[in-house]
Amino acid sequence: MTASLAPQLVLRNIGKSFASGTVALEDVQLSVRQGDFLSLLGPSGCGKSTALRIIAGLSSPTSGHLEWPGGELARGEIGFVFQEPTLLPWASVFDNVWMPLRLRGVSRAEAAGEIGEALERVHLTGFEKAVPRELSGGMKMRVSVARALITRPKMLLLDEPFAALDEITRFRLNADILDLWHERGFTAIFVTHSVFESVFLSNRVAVMAARPGRIFREMAVDAPYPRTDAFRTSSDYAEICREVSHTLARAMGDESMGEEAGARGVFNIGVH
Amino acid sequence: MASTDLSTTRMPPAAAIDAEEAARIRAARREKIGRWLMPLAIMCLALFLWHMICVANEIPPYILPRPWLVMTTLWQDAGILLPALLVTLKITVLSLALAVTGGVGLAILFTQSRWVEMSLFPFAIILQVTPIVAIFPLINIYVDNQTAKLLLCAWIVAFFPILSNTTLGLNSVDRNLLDYFRLNGATRWQTLRHLRLPAAMPYFLGGLKIAGGLALIGAVVAEFVAGAAGQESGLASRIIEAGYRLKIPRLFAALLLISLTGILIFVSLSVISHLILRRWHESAIERDR
Repeated sequence: MTASLAPQLVLRNIGKSFASGTVALEDVQLSVRQGDFLSLLGPSGCGKSTALRIIAGLSSPTSGHLEWPGGELARGEIGFVFQEPTLLPWASVFDNVWMPLRLRGVSRAEAAGEIGEALERVHLTGFEKAVPRELSGGMKMRVSVARALITRPKMLLLDEPFAALDEITRFRLNADILDLWHERGFTAIFVTHSVFESVFLSNRVAVMAARPGRIFREMAVDAPYPRTDAFRTSSDYAEICREVSHTLARAMGDESMGEEAGARGVFNIGVH
Repeated sequence: MASTDLSTTRMPPAAAIDAEEAARIRAARREKIGRWLMPLAIMCLALFLWHMICVANEIPPYILPRPWLVMTTLWQDAGILLPALLVTLKITVLSLALAVTGGVGLAILFTQSRWVEMSLFPFAIILQVTPIVAIFPLINIYVDNQTAKLLLCAWIVAFFPILSNTTLGLNSVDRNLLDYFRLNGATRWQTLRHLRLPAAMPYFLGGLKIAGGLALIGAVVAEFVAGAAGQESGLASRIIEAGYRLKIPRLFAALLLISLTGILIFVSLSVISHLILRRWHESAIERDR
């Protein structure tokens, strides 16, 4: 699946400040093409989640605006995966995935086929009746992904969805997300603070800097899809990761602020 | 190598249990039995002491009846006490039902608008903190019907824990889940039905457990203050009456009935609560530690 050249969404001079005086975003310019897998990569506090919330329509920008050249996406055409699984703890896996359709008036019986298929895609067939607390962290996240995709969104926003998972689970979910992206052809915007994750997944990485949050540099990841485990161990991958890490280091050194945050930054981007 | 001593033949070979785990299982088993046995033993001991004190000091039954006399009185006076119990039970259950309706209804109203909550909540608190016994003379003047009087009293006492707990629950919804409902274009009603109400359930059930006991207390206290009213008299009237006539064994029997009713209410509400929450809520889950 390759991205077309036409932009689907353009962020024009987006700024966001809160009443507390925090400037979360300043003058963010970003263009997202139909079918892109774009990662927003940056340290904590660089406003990447805020940017995602603005795109989702959960928050409105203080300055600037969003442009949708191909027509604005309606609610439901944008899927959202939160940092936490954010499931209904009292509802079964089936009911959790059903909920977005239920809110649109689709009955249980009508939705059953679609839900079964979605659960199969995230390898959760047989767990329909389980409630979230009976599942592992990775499985909960899979339910969350299935739920986000059940409405067949044209754009999927992911807010550090795998940050709390162990590495092995995260690798598997990364591969699954890429498969789904190939298959369904949605545009993905993926917020992460992991260089390795962003390079593995995306065709474009927007490196962000903090205080105020802004796009430091956009980088293309020139590696073909499908990306498999072999890609993870390739020298190409290591090379791109190194480059992105350097950019991130510069983005963070650029902020003239505390030593502590600087030290943490160096720790974060250590290449092995 | 297969050894054939007692410990291995007792245990299935697949589940080799270490000493720590075995000790834990034994402790759990002991605790399970002890949970019933201990209160029962203490109860028997107390009854025995009660009996012995009465015998040793030759206390007459109109001062302190012996336990056995209380039991036989309960049996003999069942014709008087059971109808009275039914009256009290009716008031209790009705007022609890009204407290649930009123408490949950008001809580939903509160979460629909901050303004309604800010305006009305102080009044709910005033109603709660003013002792019902102090308000009762007024209710006595304004309300004619005896049942309505008692209901109103018991309701005032019982509804607050439901209101305040349910309000807390409706407002304790995960913010991300609220965002997620917004993203999916959920209406206010859908958010209430599919998200806020289920999320408030554990809080509501906690309030309900408190309210159940309070409804009974409210019903009894109200009747105490209202006084007996002919054929519609509940257990409180019977207690007052027995006190006047020095029928102390009957007084004790009525008291026992009230306690048993309270225990019954608490146990039923706990069971209901457990059945609703057992699959998903932390409070109802047992796990290995």
